This record gives sequence, C-alpha cells and structure tokens, in this order.
Amino acid sequence: MVHAPVLEVKNLRTSFITSDGEIPAVDDVSFSVNKGEVLGIVGESGCGKSVTSLSIMKLIPQPPGKIAGGEILLNGENLVHASEKRMREIRGNEVAMIFQEPMTSLNPLFTIGEQLVEALKIHKKLGKKTAYQQAVEMLKLVGLPRAEQIIREYPHQLSGGMRQRVMIAMALSCHPRVLIADEPTTALDVTIQAQILSLMKDLNEKLDTAIIMITHDLGVVAEVCQRVVVMYAGKIVEEGLVEDIFKNPKHPYTLGLLKSIPDIRDKKERLYSIPGNVPKPGSITTGCRFAARCEFVMDRCWSENPELYETERPGHAVRCLLHEKEGVADDRSTVKS
Amino acid sequence: MEISTQKQMQPPVIKAEEKVTSPWAEAWYSFKKNKLALVGTGIVIFFILLAIFAPLIAPEGINDQKMSVRLQAPSADHWFGTDDFGRDIFSRVVYGARISLWVGTFAVMGSIIVGCLLGILAGYYGKWVDSLISRIFDIMLAFPSILLAIAIVAVLGPSLRNALIAIAIINIPNFGRLIRSRVLSVKEEEYIMAAKAVGMKDSRILFQHILPNSMAPIIVQGTLAIATAIIEAAALGFLGLGADAPNPEWGKMLADAKQFMIQAPWTMIFPGLAIMLTVLGFNLMGDGLRDALDPRMKN
Repeated sequence: MVHAPVLEVKNLRTSFITSDGEIPAVDDVSFSVNKGEVLGIVGESGCGKSVTSLSIMKLIPQPPGKIAGGEILLNGENLVHASEKRMREIRGNEVAMIFQEPMTSLNPLFTIGEQLVEALKIHKKLGKKTAYQQAVEMLKLVGLPRAEQIIREYPHQLSGGMRQRVMIAMALSCHPRVLIADEPTTALDVTIQAQILSLMKDLNEKLDTAIIMITHDLGVVAEVCQRVVVMYAGKIVEEGLVEDIFKNPKHPYTLGLLKSIPDIRDKKERLYSIPGNVPKPGSITTGCRFAARCEFVMDRCWSENPELYETERPGHAVRCLLHEKEGVADDRSTVKS
Repeated sequence: MEISTQKQMQPPVIKAEEKVTSPWAEAWYSFKKNKLALVGTGIVIFFILLAIFAPLIAPEGINDQKMSVRLQAPSADHWFGTDDFGRDIFSRVVYGARISLWVGTFAVMGSIIVGCLLGILAGYYGKWVDSLISRIFDIMLAFPSILLAIAIVAVLGPSLRNALIAIAIINIPNFGRLIRSRVLSVKEEEYIMAAKAVGMKDSRILFQHILPNSMAPIIVQGTLAIATAIIEAAALGFLGLGADAPNPEWGKMLADAKQFMIQAPWTMIFPGLAIMLTVLGFNLMGDGLRDALDPRMKN
C-alpha cells in the first residue's frame, strides 16, 4: 500500500456504437494498481472486464468502440490521449497482455522463437542472436524444460499449458510494469491452472511486475490477488482487499458470487446460482443495475443510483444502498458527467 | 501420428532439427501420399521439362516448311504428322508448351500480385476502401470472363503479350476476393491481437502474420488458375486474338487446323491433347494441394 500506483484508471467510460445507439460497456470505472501488486477484476461474462483491459491497451476496435471519457494514467501519462505511435511503444514494453486462449494466441506458421523475439526486437532493438538468447532465458524463467529445443518448435507441437507459459514469457520479455492477464487460466485444465497461477505469482514477486488478473473465477482471485474489484454490468460494485471481500462481502452480487462456489462438504441437490442474467449493456439507465436479481431489493433501488460507499475497512467500498449510511467512498465515484 | 512413425523408423537419438515439423512440411507429407496429385505433378513437370528442353527434343524448328510433306499422317519421321505447310506438328507442340506455360504462369502471377494487394487493402482497412475495391471486383465479375478478355485484347491490340495481360486482368477479382475474405477472418484471430499487444506495426502484422496465413488458399487457387489461364490463352489464340502467325500456340494451331479436321485430324488432335493434358495436370495438382493445405479437409 505504500507504493505509488503504476496504473490508475479514472472514470473510464468505453462505449460501443450500435444500431440501438451508443451503448456503454464500461461505465465510470476507476481503480489503480500499485507496483508489484496483483489486482483481480471479477465478474460474469459481459460485465465489461475484457473491455476494460482492452481499453487500457487501447486495442478496442474503433469503430464501433470508443473510449468516451476518463483517464488512464500510466506513471502519470494519460494514455487516452496518447498517439498510436506512443501506444505501440507502450504495448509489450510497459504494459503487456496475455489472453484467454493459448491455443490460438500463437501464429501457427512461425516457430516459438520467431514469435518470442518479436517484442525484444521491437522494443529493445536487440540483434537476432542476443534476442534469441534472451528468449531462451525467458522460456527457462517460465519453467519450460528443454528451452533451446522449444524455441525451434511450432505452436502445434506444444500443449495448452506450455503455450500459455510461452505467452507469459512473451509478455514478460521486455519487463513491463503492468501485465494484464485476461482469463489466463480459463482454457486450461485444473492442474495446469494451478501451475500457471503459481508461476504468475512467482514472477510477480521476482520481477515486481504489477498484474491485473481478469477472471470470473473467485478461486483464482483467492489464490493470487491482493486486492479485488468486482464488476457488474459495466460498473464497479465492490472493491477491497481480498480478505475483506471473502470474509465480509457487502454487495448482494458479491455475496451471490461467493455463494455460487460449490462446496464439496455440502451435499446439496442443486447448486446455487444468482437468478437471471447480466442485463444487456445500456438497458438500465436508472436505479441499481443489480436490482432485478437482488434478494434484498428495496423500492429505492429502482429509482436511485447507488454510489460507492466506503465501509469501516480501509479501501473496501461497495455500491449498494444498504450500505449508504457507512458514507460515500471518495470524490471520484461522485463525479457525474 | 507422422512424428511417431518417423520416430520408429529413425535411430533412437533424434536431433532437434529433425523433430521439428513445420506446417508446410506436414502439408508436403500429406501431398506426397495423394496418388492423383502426384500424377498431376508428374504431368506438370513433364510439360515444364518439355518447355525447357524444347530445342533438344524437337526434331525440327517451329517454322520449317516443307511443301513435299504437307498434311502427312503420323509416322516414324513425323510422330504427330505434319500440317498444311509441311511443318512437324510434334516439334510445334513441344515448342507450344513454352508459350502456354509462360502465358499461364505469368498471367496468374500478375493476377496474384495485383489481386493480393487490392484484397489486403480491402480486407484490412475496410470502410470505403473495401467498398470501392469490392464494387470494382463485382463489376469485373459481372462480365463473362472470356468476353472481358476479348474486349481487353481488342483495346490493346491482338498479340500474345496482350492476351497475357488480358488474362491477368480478368483473374484479378478472383484472387482479390479470396485474399480479402482470408484477411477478414485471419484479422480476428487471437494471435493478431497478441501481435498488436506486443506493439507490432500494422504493416508488419499484415505481411508477417496475415499474408503468410492467407498463402495456402492462394497457392491452391493459383495452381488451378494456371489451368484456366492456359485454356483462356488457347481460346484467345483460337479466336485469332493471341499469338501471331508462326508461333506454335496450341489454340492457334487448333484454329489453323480446323479446315483440315476431316482429312487430317492429327493436326487438331495433338495440340488439343496437349492442352487437355496440361490442364488436367494442373487441376490434379491443385486439388492435391487443396487437400494438403486446407485445414478443413484435414482429419
């Protein structure tokens, strides 16, 4: 907590222009990541997690998407106004990203080595030979055996877990300050998941890279994250330290998410799930976006927009009228556009 | 599966280089197993060798006229017989391979280069660039291709070179559309996003990632297009819009022979057979390449 934030997202709004008009996929989202910290962003599919991460990289397809407002500060530099040229210098060098599908994130026609040295060649202006040596070092760092050999192999010769390690090696090759991991373990089986997570945690400590872990899996969050942001329908509904969120969840949505984790000791007929679906982005303009699915819903919830209210724990804030009396979190959530 | 059979055949110690199988090497492996494709390739290679070594193979020149041996049936002296000027048809067919392969290959190369460029621009940049280029392709495809070729040759003036240009032009939209659709689908692949995420430039992404991944269908379509181009060249030659007088272009030979069709059928049969065989060869090879390169056909 003493560290200064490397990346600060302030009041980010990203919207998509569709035939129904402009639809906000990310609506007034603010969070920050400190040096060497692992921040989790959790939520169901379609809640705006991936759009948030692509917004940080400025890789939102434009059109139809656009960053409609807010700031993305990387060490104080606002990326929203950065040129495409500047963004290319930043991508892979200062902010790197790994994706959900390791099976399709590598070009099938080129060897692992050819793809690994790409970032080193672009950003560190290394020659072919030194770049290859560094690439081998990176592969060893991510725990791949026989790195010298793998570097000459093609993606189809590697398993999913190995490919994800290659992707991590690629993302970390230029020692970025921030690594955005968009569901890095979703496509892997459980044993490999655990290995990849412990590898990421390990590298986070070794290289002091801040990680934004985007996931729908609370187990992943519990394993690696220090702080967590829960998103619902494009808005942050709760944020706080992992202990607080797990031990003392405040928002009914977070409660629901935690309840939906199946417990092996509990022999229930049916597993718990939050009734209903994530609302279509842009369909709710007034009231709490979770109201329709909330078990504690009150009349006020349909008409009033809740703000992020701070709880008794530092850094723990929740967007729910039930916790209103505990006070408004800070000025950033009260900003109205 | 391939790797494991290789392993069994080789001694236990395998060098790293030998184990690495690139996607191209795998395609070659499955191409080699396809008998028909090999026959096609054999035919194509046969005609290529014929074209290269024509001066050594052909017993006579292309325009050695001997009035004493006009319209003679095939014999030991003249394997394919002689035409109305007493020229040896075998020699002319052999030299004709040069013309047909040259026209076919270069016309298709021209269409691939121009078509790829336009297709990439349309597919990658989209918006009005795409609309403009795609509409031009649509207009070109609205004409029956041979009519369009005739019109182009009519404007440029009849000659072999202009026939080649005309054939190249009429095939541009086929390649353009193919590349455009490939670019559109490859563009959405996750490795393109991953390449962007490491800070790669658009132009580099296009030529390093998108183009190589669009190559397989272009190779297939290109091989098949050579066959069509050869037929089109022969058609233009037949119509008197291609090669000029003494050149032994197969289509032109057919046209010259048509008045002797009844009394000297060999003047027509052998150039016709040559066209048919080359086209068959390229088609078989193209089909084989499609089976080997098209991932949807793999199982």
